[in-house]
Amino acid sequence: MAAEQTLRGWLLAEIPESKLQARCQRIFISWLAFIRNPVAVIGLLIIVGLVGIAALAPWITSSDGLEPDLANRLLPPSSEHWFGTDGLGRDIFDRIIWGSRITLYIVALVSVIVVPIGLLIGTVAGYIGGLVDTILMRLTDIFLAFPRLILAMALVAALGPGLENAVLAIALTTWSPFARIARAEALTIRNSEFILAAQVQGVSTIGILTRHVTPLCLSSVIVRLTLDMAGIILTAAGLGFLGLGAQPPTPEWGAMISLGRQFLIDQWWVPTVPGIAILVVSLGFNLLGDGLRDVFDPKSGG
Amino acid sequence: MDQSTASGGQTVGPGLALPSKLIKIVGVLTSLLLTFIGLTAITFVIGRVMPADPVLAIVGDRASQEVYDQVFLQLGLDKPIYVQYFRYLSQLVEGDLGTSIMTAQPVAEDILRFFPATLELATIATLLGIFVGIPMGVLAAVHQGRWQDHIVRVIGLIGYSAPIFWLGMVALLIFYAKLDWVAGPGRLDVFYDGIVEPVTGVLLIDAALSRDWEIFHNALSHLILPASILGTFALAYIARMTRSFMLDQLSQEYILTARVKGIPEWNVIWNHAFRNVLVQLITIIGLTYASLLEGSVLTETVFSWPGIGQYITNSLFNNDMNAVLGGTIVVGVCFVGINMLSDLLYRLVDPRVR
Amino acid sequence: MTKLKKILITFTTLAAFIMGPSHAATPGNTFVMAKDIADIITMDPAEVFELTTGEITANIYDKIMMFEPEDLQTLVGGVAESWDISNGGKTITFKIRPGLKFHSGNPVRAEDVAWSLQRVVKLNKTPAFIITQFGWTADNVDALVKATDASHVQITITEDFSPGLVLNAMSAGVASVVDKKLVMSHEKDGDLGYDWLKSKSAGSGAFSLKTWKANELVTLEANAGYRHGAPGMKRVILRHVSEPSSQRLLLEKADVDMARNLTPDQVKGIQGNSDIAIDGHPKGTIVYMAANASHPILGKAKVVQALRNLVDYESMANSFLAGQFVVHQAFWPGGLWAALETTPYKQDVAKAKSLLAEAGHADGFELTIHTLTNSPFPEIAQAVQANLAKGGIKANIVTLEGKTLWPKYRAREHDIILARWSPDYVDPHSNADAFAHNPDNRLEAKLTGVLAWRNAWADDASNALAVKARNELDLDKRKKQYLDLQAMLQTKGPFVIMFQQNEQIARRKNLKGFVSGSNFDLVFYRNVSKN
Repeated sequence: MAAEQTLRGWLLAEIPESKLQARCQRIFISWLAFIRNPVAVIGLLIIVGLVGIAALAPWITSSDGLEPDLANRLLPPSSEHWFGTDGLGRDIFDRIIWGSRITLYIVALVSVIVVPIGLLIGTVAGYIGGLVDTILMRLTDIFLAFPRLILAMALVAALGPGLENAVLAIALTTWSPFARIARAEALTIRNSEFILAAQVQGVSTIGILTRHVTPLCLSSVIVRLTLDMAGIILTAAGLGFLGLGAQPPTPEWGAMISLGRQFLIDQWWVPTVPGIAILVVSLGFNLLGDGLRDVFDPKSGG
Repeated sequence: MDQSTASGGQTVGPGLALPSKLIKIVGVLTSLLLTFIGLTAITFVIGRVMPADPVLAIVGDRASQEVYDQVFLQLGLDKPIYVQYFRYLSQLVEGDLGTSIMTAQPVAEDILRFFPATLELATIATLLGIFVGIPMGVLAAVHQGRWQDHIVRVIGLIGYSAPIFWLGMVALLIFYAKLDWVAGPGRLDVFYDGIVEPVTGVLLIDAALSRDWEIFHNALSHLILPASILGTFALAYIARMTRSFMLDQLSQEYILTARVKGIPEWNVIWNHAFRNVLVQLITIIGLTYASLLEGSVLTETVFSWPGIGQYITNSLFNNDMNAVLGGTIVVGVCFVGINMLSDLLYRLVDPRVR
Repeated sequence: MTKLKKILITFTTLAAFIMGPSHAATPGNTFVMAKDIADIITMDPAEVFELTTGEITANIYDKIMMFEPEDLQTLVGGVAESWDISNGGKTITFKIRPGLKFHSGNPVRAEDVAWSLQRVVKLNKTPAFIITQFGWTADNVDALVKATDASHVQITITEDFSPGLVLNAMSAGVASVVDKKLVMSHEKDGDLGYDWLKSKSAGSGAFSLKTWKANELVTLEANAGYRHGAPGMKRVILRHVSEPSSQRLLLEKADVDMARNLTPDQVKGIQGNSDIAIDGHPKGTIVYMAANASHPILGKAKVVQALRNLVDYESMANSFLAGQFVVHQAFWPGGLWAALETTPYKQDVAKAKSLLAEAGHADGFELTIHTLTNSPFPEIAQAVQANLAKGGIKANIVTLEGKTLWPKYRAREHDIILARWSPDYVDPHSNADAFAHNPDNRLEAKLTGVLAWRNAWADDASNALAVKARNELDLDKRKKQYLDLQAMLQTKGPFVIMFQQNEQIARRKNLKGFVSGSNFDLVFYRNVSKN
């Protein structure tokens, strides 16, 4: 108890005594603001839940969801198969759980590609300005102008179907808004005092960009990323639905809907359960993103 | 869903209005042109890189090497890619989008046939989004934090997060198969085909022009379900943004002043706050419309709707490059055009920019 | 809340206006069919080779020889009334039926018949090989195929083909009789009317083409003056519906009279419906796996034999393929003349494993199965994947659209391909030529239309027997030769033949007379009636 008091006290102290404490304090205060919004907390719980079941998959499932069992096709939900079985007799519950890993994989991979590219292009464009800015922004606009799903489809068709290629295609069509956001932030910060101070001190451009500009852009980009994540998941599912994403027998949720859609009328659970899974996860990201935005950037309004 | 965040525009002083506006317009046009070239170049390259074989799409799997080679030369595929690209561009300028392999018709004609179907869908969907989404958003803003707000946000978020193709399938099952409230997949009952004179390509308008109300009714009942599905997406986004903007307005000083002055609440909401929100909503509506144009791809698949989305998808799978290029360019240009229009409109009308 | 009320009222009124009786059942004289018709790319019989179009042109054009719906096994004269074989089997003279008319009103003359065949050879599109294999070229066809007078057409072949084969080929789509006067009046730049005929029709069959809207619909109109009498239906509409679930819904609501692409599970689901009947029609499409013989491991005969013993055919045929595919293990589809119906293989893991051990791969190996994205291929691939795993073989699956898959196949870039094949014309040589006859196995030879070549397999015994059967004049001997050839390929070569299609068509009970034979172009609309 005494330890807790000290921790909380440390986090709420008026004057931080170290950089670490200051950082922790900022995070803690944002956290307090965040959890005041119940809807946002629900979003967080959903995402935490997603990570949880993905991590615990080997223990919660009874099979790897991949092997066909043709004698037990299209069984309705029961105590043995909680979500029933699909067109090849595989347990749907197990496939959904394993599919959560794929969803997370998509989320992680897209983020890892999109955030660095967006930040790089945006901060460089915004900070350096001039011709570099114009060229980079033209490039960004071209990709922004592209109808997203169609470009993703075309890229996957060109690269060959498969989960990694689908992710790459999605990433290539999604990075533009992040560059825009980063650039806007960089523009605002460009002329502020501490930047001028750093320049006077002789810090290189790269140094300024990495140590000063980028960290400030990070929060807006993360918020935007979370908000866009639902769209990314939906696009991945859409590609899976068209047969362009994960290949069989991978239990990607969009592909599961695609293979299950012929059963909608009589064995509705086969395409519906993955549909609900996608819905819940997208919802989670939207709620979480909303909450984050309310905390970090309440005025942006969008 | 993209928003035009600050793009580095300069503030315009009142005295410099005219020449600056001119520069702006020229800038916008150059921008459009460059984007256009970039768009076509990228699509073209993708098309040539694709492993799907455009020759096989014409001659079929059984063809001998001889037949294959004949068509290969015919399509000009032996030339280097930039030569093919310039040939394509020069034809484009003349308005020739090439011929589609799948339909054996000029791509331009195909697009004229399919595009209005998507336009119809996107327009009704956006209208739904506007007429249901805006009041929802206002309602949520006015009752912020209370149950109305939460319900609106949840409905909106579900509309925003559900996989559209799944929603469409379920809706078809419920409203067409079980309840018989609407007509089934397709744009029109088959035997009505070819009766109405295709003036605009938009069935509703054409039927109204011919005063054929039976067909009008039939077309409408085919349209309502896919438009509603697509519309839930628009609705969600518009409601959400309306709520944001309204919240923003309602917290401002002049609202307080109006209330103190004794103006009735509904007047305050609609005549004062909402009026100022209208301007920003125009941009949002534009963006929604634009993204519905390309978002219709999946809806059109589920509902057998012969629109541009289905056209591009089928052409893509058959490596009908002329069709894919043509379709993508048209959609891309509309996309860019609408975005830029909204941008311009916003800057023209926004009092802060003035 | 008044605003809300206003909105609710507007909404409900609008809804009331939109809803209500929103669809009509199909009219009594129109036959509406729901089918995936995305494969149609042209209506010109000299170019048509796709399944849907083959069916449609078979109802628009009469051919020189035909199979009729009343007796699908017997070849009879179509436009030809009788024929005469001479010159050691190398010349056939056809007598044209008198009094036949095209849809345009022009009379059907011997000149039209000869010109139709010449046109196919000169345009040299994909299906032209069916008749150019007889030795006809653009230079010699005018001499070898000619109208000797107003009602006789004489054809002469230069290769040693059995006349039985030639007559069968005259029932293929390329032998459609086209209205020369009409087509030539629309000729452009010496193209023999190619551009015009892509989307129009010029035939003398039971129906004429009224509209073709790609990926939307095809409308056919009855030819009241047809030689077998006016068709029962005034109009036939093929409606493009790519989703099988949508087809089912449309059929249940009577918005269409027939659904062509229902899956086996949907058929099961619909069986309780008292308004709908399901008909089964054995078809000539076979599903097979082919192992690339240029692959170091798959090139070994014992390995392919092991594959044949690992696949659990029955299990698939009894579950998700039930009703629509039956086990068939020879390259000529069952139900046709000279088909081998024996199915020697079933799953025998022990035997497969010992074969693999003998071939030096007791520990198994890894490979990729390429197949199509449309059902049931992904499902079959997944089942096979599990089957192969029992023998220690790890299979990865890649699904591709046809237009992406075929280039790979034609370039020998695959390990195993899981695909389908249907005969181009109703003669065993059509499939023998693809599966068993590879005269030149070099990569440069590019015999891309030959399946054996695509799998880098050539065998002298097989080649010899295929050619012998092709040229054999005695019908009984010919039949035996094809049976032997099919048996040979059951133990030799790269093919693991698995299933034959049984098309299940769902129709409203009040629709009768739809005939669907074993080849894709033996589908007849003219006897359809509704009560």
